[in-house]
Amino acid sequence: MPRVNPIDTEYFKDERKAGDFTVIGTTVQRSDALGHVTGRTEFFEDRTFPDLAHVKIHRSAHHHARIDSVDCSEALKVPGVLRVITHRDVPSNWYVVLRLIGIEPNDEPVLAEDRVLYKGEPIVAVVADSEAAAIEGAARVRVGYTELPAVFDVEEALAPDAPVIKQAGTNYFVYEGHHARRLRFGDVERGFAQSDRIFEWRYSSAPIEHAPTETTGCIVVPQSSGRLLIHSNTQAAFFTLDNTALILDRPFTDLQVKGGTVGGGFGGKVDVMVEPLACIAATLTNRPVKFVYTREEEMQVSSPRAAERIYIKDGVTNDGRILARKVMLYVDAGAYSRHSPYGTTKACAHLPGPYTIPNVYADCHCVYTNRTPSSAMRGFGVTIADFALESQMDRIARALDLDPLQFRLRNAYRDGDLKAHRKVAEGTALIEVIQRAAALVGHELPDEYLALTSTTPRGEKA
Amino acid sequence: MKIVSLRVNGAGQAFIARPGTTLLLALREQLGLTGAKRGCAQGACGSCTVLLDGQPVVSCLVPAVTVDGAEIATIEGLADGQVLSDVQQAFLDGFATQCGFCTPGMIMSAEALLDRNPDPTRDEVNEAISGNVCRCTGYEPIVSAVLDAAARRRSRAGEGAKL
Repeated sequence: MPRVNPIDTEYFKDERKAGDFTVIGTTVQRSDALGHVTGRTEFFEDRTFPDLAHVKIHRSAHHHARIDSVDCSEALKVPGVLRVITHRDVPSNWYVVLRLIGIEPNDEPVLAEDRVLYKGEPIVAVVADSEAAAIEGAARVRVGYTELPAVFDVEEALAPDAPVIKQAGTNYFVYEGHHARRLRFGDVERGFAQSDRIFEWRYSSAPIEHAPTETTGCIVVPQSSGRLLIHSNTQAAFFTLDNTALILDRPFTDLQVKGGTVGGGFGGKVDVMVEPLACIAATLTNRPVKFVYTREEEMQVSSPRAAERIYIKDGVTNDGRILARKVMLYVDAGAYSRHSPYGTTKACAHLPGPYTIPNVYADCHCVYTNRTPSSAMRGFGVTIADFALESQMDRIARALDLDPLQFRLRNAYRDGDLKAHRKVAEGTALIEVIQRAAALVGHELPDEYLALTSTTPRGEKA
Repeated sequence: MKIVSLRVNGAGQAFIARPGTTLLLALREQLGLTGAKRGCAQGACGSCTVLLDGQPVVSCLVPAVTVDGAEIATIEGLADGQVLSDVQQAFLDGFATQCGFCTPGMIMSAEALLDRNPDPTRDEVNEAISGNVCRCTGYEPIVSAVLDAAARRRSRAGEGAKL
């Protein structure tokens, strides 16, 4: 195939191994595109089974409540309803997404037991002959509640008088005995004292729903061998297999996951929310079972990108060198952990951005509130932090009347710099990327900035 | 219960319509045509778009009992054997698909546009696919592919006229 664009091979040419690029710059057709344009790509829901049963969920009506009673008798009277499933039917009633990467406690029940921590939390699953009967059955489950005080704001959740919503005893995830994922490098207070100006601003974001056009779902088919075949649109087939087997308390070899075709994911289909209950329903009824979110469920209860609140305080010299950066970052995990403790660690690992700053201090909090649990989404932990960091850079440049690109070049990390995490930077390219971007948009840079390179060591006074 | 007779992609078909069944469910679960997708089941995403007597409709909102005697066109009927329609080929060549879930509905909306307007402007393409949600591509390659398909069709029509 011909190159669509010539590749610039000039940068870092000394670091490349011998040989030419052969793929980048050529056009390679997607292997799945022919199926997409002919309608033949097989998504999980494109399979039909003659005796397919359907799962629908009765969900919490409250943000935070104690469950006093659950009455399924009216649901069972609906024609077509086959079974109801409560937490007692779930062999190991805990989602274990993070246990697999060594993070505990396991804080989220598959089906609620004695309390609910967010509006829409699943309490009872209803299995029926038809989707309509399952919806009707789920609507007829009666749950008695005692409402409890709810908290919806990350900083309010950390206040001393906030209601403690988590059974572990704190409204934040505990990182190796600490209240936050911490970053300590140099001495920020001394850095602030040495600076000409101090800039401190607050940044915040709302939850963002992935809203894939295909909603989260699966079809589970019992096999004559006793195994369960799971047709799923998960983004993480092995995550699904492992987590589902642990919840079912069955050997991994009992499950077979067929996936890989995802009608939009963006991180929203890694939480293993539908497969365990569909497997239990299929086992109890010995029928193929479909559990797929409605659009309303996808929007309300599938995990969004976490809302974040970020305070950044910078000490800067008048000529644009950042001497100290202090960050207080709050990730709204919602009611349960899912991937947020990991995402918060990622946020901390990303600080202070791609800049070499001699004094850095950060506390990154993973905070629980009575909101829909948040989880993975495209660069989670990093994306919102970048929004805050780069907004901060622009605002400082404006306040000091500096060119924002020169301000970034002045502070850009270079090969050999010691980062705040005690890693030596290597393979950096921020300087070259800014220089090229400036040239492409006709933004003129002074010669001293054009002469900078990522591989030239930063001098003592730089 | 009602027996519905209709033509789908040029062939005579019939199915028993249960109360509450939509055209989308009849196509997918009774006629085995799963190209049209259920994205929202409320007429908002366009993934289930098919042509009903030549007009694009969201099939999730069309009661199955109302299509007796109708002519339905779906994504499965566009290609002639291995030969794709101009819209399909332009989507393929222009990398206008990503996850592929919105693609069948998007292509049917584009086919309907080009059937009534062989030389649309970019704005007219935007308008024609405004009921089709794509979460992956950002729409630009889709709009370009529809314009490319229009050019291919006009070029083909021009060749036909010379003959």
